[in-house]
Amino acid sequence: MSMPFYVSPEQLMKDRADYARKGISRGRSVVVVEYDGGIVFVAENPSRALHKISEIYDRIAFAAVGKYNEFENLRVAGVRYADLRGYSYDRVDVTARALSNAYAQTLGTVFTTEPKPLEVEIVVAEVGVASENDQIYRLTYDGSVAEERGYVVMGGTVEQPHQVLSEGWRPGMSLAEALTLAVRALSVDAGGGQPRELSPDVLEVAVLDRKRPRRAFRRLAAPLLNRLLATDDPTKDVPPADDSRPGMHETLTGEEGGTTAGTEAGGGSGSEPGEGHEGLPEEEPH
Amino acid sequence: MSFDFQGRLPAAFMTAGSSSFTEFLGRYSPDLLPGRRQLPEGTVPATPHGTTIVALTFPGGVVMAGDRRATMGNYIANREIEKVFPADEYSCVGIAGSAGLAVEMVRLFQVELEHYEKIEGTLLSLDGKANRLSMMIRGNLGLAMQGLAVVPLFAGYDLDRGEGRIFSYDVTGGRYEEHGHHSVGSGSLFARGALKKLYRPTHDVQDAVRVAVEALYDAADDDSATGGPDVTRRIWPVVAAVTDEGYHRWEDERIGQVVEQVLADRQGDPGGALRRGLGAEGNRGDNAERRPKGTECTEGTEAQR
Repeated sequence: MSMPFYVSPEQLMKDRADYARKGISRGRSVVVVEYDGGIVFVAENPSRALHKISEIYDRIAFAAVGKYNEFENLRVAGVRYADLRGYSYDRVDVTARALSNAYAQTLGTVFTTEPKPLEVEIVVAEVGVASENDQIYRLTYDGSVAEERGYVVMGGTVEQPHQVLSEGWRPGMSLAEALTLAVRALSVDAGGGQPRELSPDVLEVAVLDRKRPRRAFRRLAAPLLNRLLATDDPTKDVPPADDSRPGMHETLTGEEGGTTAGTEAGGGSGSEPGEGHEGLPEEEPH
Repeated sequence: MSFDFQGRLPAAFMTAGSSSFTEFLGRYSPDLLPGRRQLPEGTVPATPHGTTIVALTFPGGVVMAGDRRATMGNYIANREIEKVFPADEYSCVGIAGSAGLAVEMVRLFQVELEHYEKIEGTLLSLDGKANRLSMMIRGNLGLAMQGLAVVPLFAGYDLDRGEGRIFSYDVTGGRYEEHGHHSVGSGSLFARGALKKLYRPTHDVQDAVRVAVEALYDAADDDSATGGPDVTRRIWPVVAAVTDEGYHRWEDERIGQVVEQVLADRQGDPGGALRRGLGAEGNRGDNAERRPKGTECTEGTEAQR
């Protein structure tokens, strides 16, 4: 007759936390930064189809690191939750706070009751009518929630990017400034070496733009992204109008007159880096 | 099942596979689906009914218009109801029939399309959208048999084909593509007659809007349930155009100008035939008079602009 092994709850939780942390730290980081006109999300992600940053609802977006299948599942659940709530009550009653609570409960329950915790870390952000109403919630694998101000880093390397952001971030930055800072934070080398060179085509960038009337979420692609990152370009914010090309308007490329017809789903695919410097820059607000 | 819960997200939220909001609702909270409700025994009391919707294509898009009246038996239940809605950026839906259910179905349809867009990251094809709507109407068949039928008219800009298209439905969810123009609701017979006479495949959006307003005027002229232009309150039909630039609802001010033009042209000529160059002979249906009339009509409408 064998005795079952006794494992103390402390040890059990610690093992699970270590397991989840290890899984998360394997991935690349994601940075979320507030700027004067909204919230910008930047991830190092060469894939154009498997997103780490997504729209949840009109003013709410989602960013995640960790195991793709697990956070994708959470994203879909979040969209269902938001759409159900908006359909049952009203669109304005869908809030990032309520969604974060639902996520936190889910992550927490999975962490304590299921054999394997979810190897994810997520950010749920909502853009408000003014920057003091912006909300950024960061949720970890064990279900803990933190409301963040200004900026968040999550994923593989956190400390060095966090340091870059804490030194460089200030309220009221323009999109171009916030984006440049975020990219600088992401390109820090974890080993303390030279900063890596991150070209725009390995970046997944999206914004929640406060000025857009209903759905505030837009992805940014070349050449607009190149213009925002270029130091010698006057572009400081996203254009108020969507791309004129017929089709889905989730992605802003800043191109004129539908020159990229047929790139409906991926948006901006096939754009060469550097082509953003052709033509005249648009007049931008600010 | 409740749509407001405490604790972790229920299993239905985490199930992978479906990108349809309606299917998700059917699994998680079927009582929220308009068609799934059980009606008690007995007859349904009078409820507001929406009346006439017209739609017609023009090169580069489609125009949809609806009058503003809802009736309940012989009463006017509402004189400024809106019955033409954007379904998503490239399509619109107009409703006739039981107004309460129809508006709910449109809301669900809007969420359905946006939900698909967010989950899949791409737009549904126009045929795909038309089929989703078909499925929703089919789900409402039980209520339709109790007298609560919903008969929408769906129209949109087909991004793949580069043209406007119109779909009509029956209560069993049957879906029929209409070419050129169509109309649904109690005044649709009269509107359809007007559309048939006034429709030109080559007219531009301005002319198409004018034809839609004329068709609604003719419907209101002969159908008591269709509301004509309300000049004293300045309530005009809802008119929307869908092109490759997306859904665009015409502002009241612009519609007001079109309506006033139609009313002015019909002074002393209620059928509008004289203005179109259809003289006394034309009204008798004289075939010999047909050909020159068509050309005069086009000139006439252009002169008005």
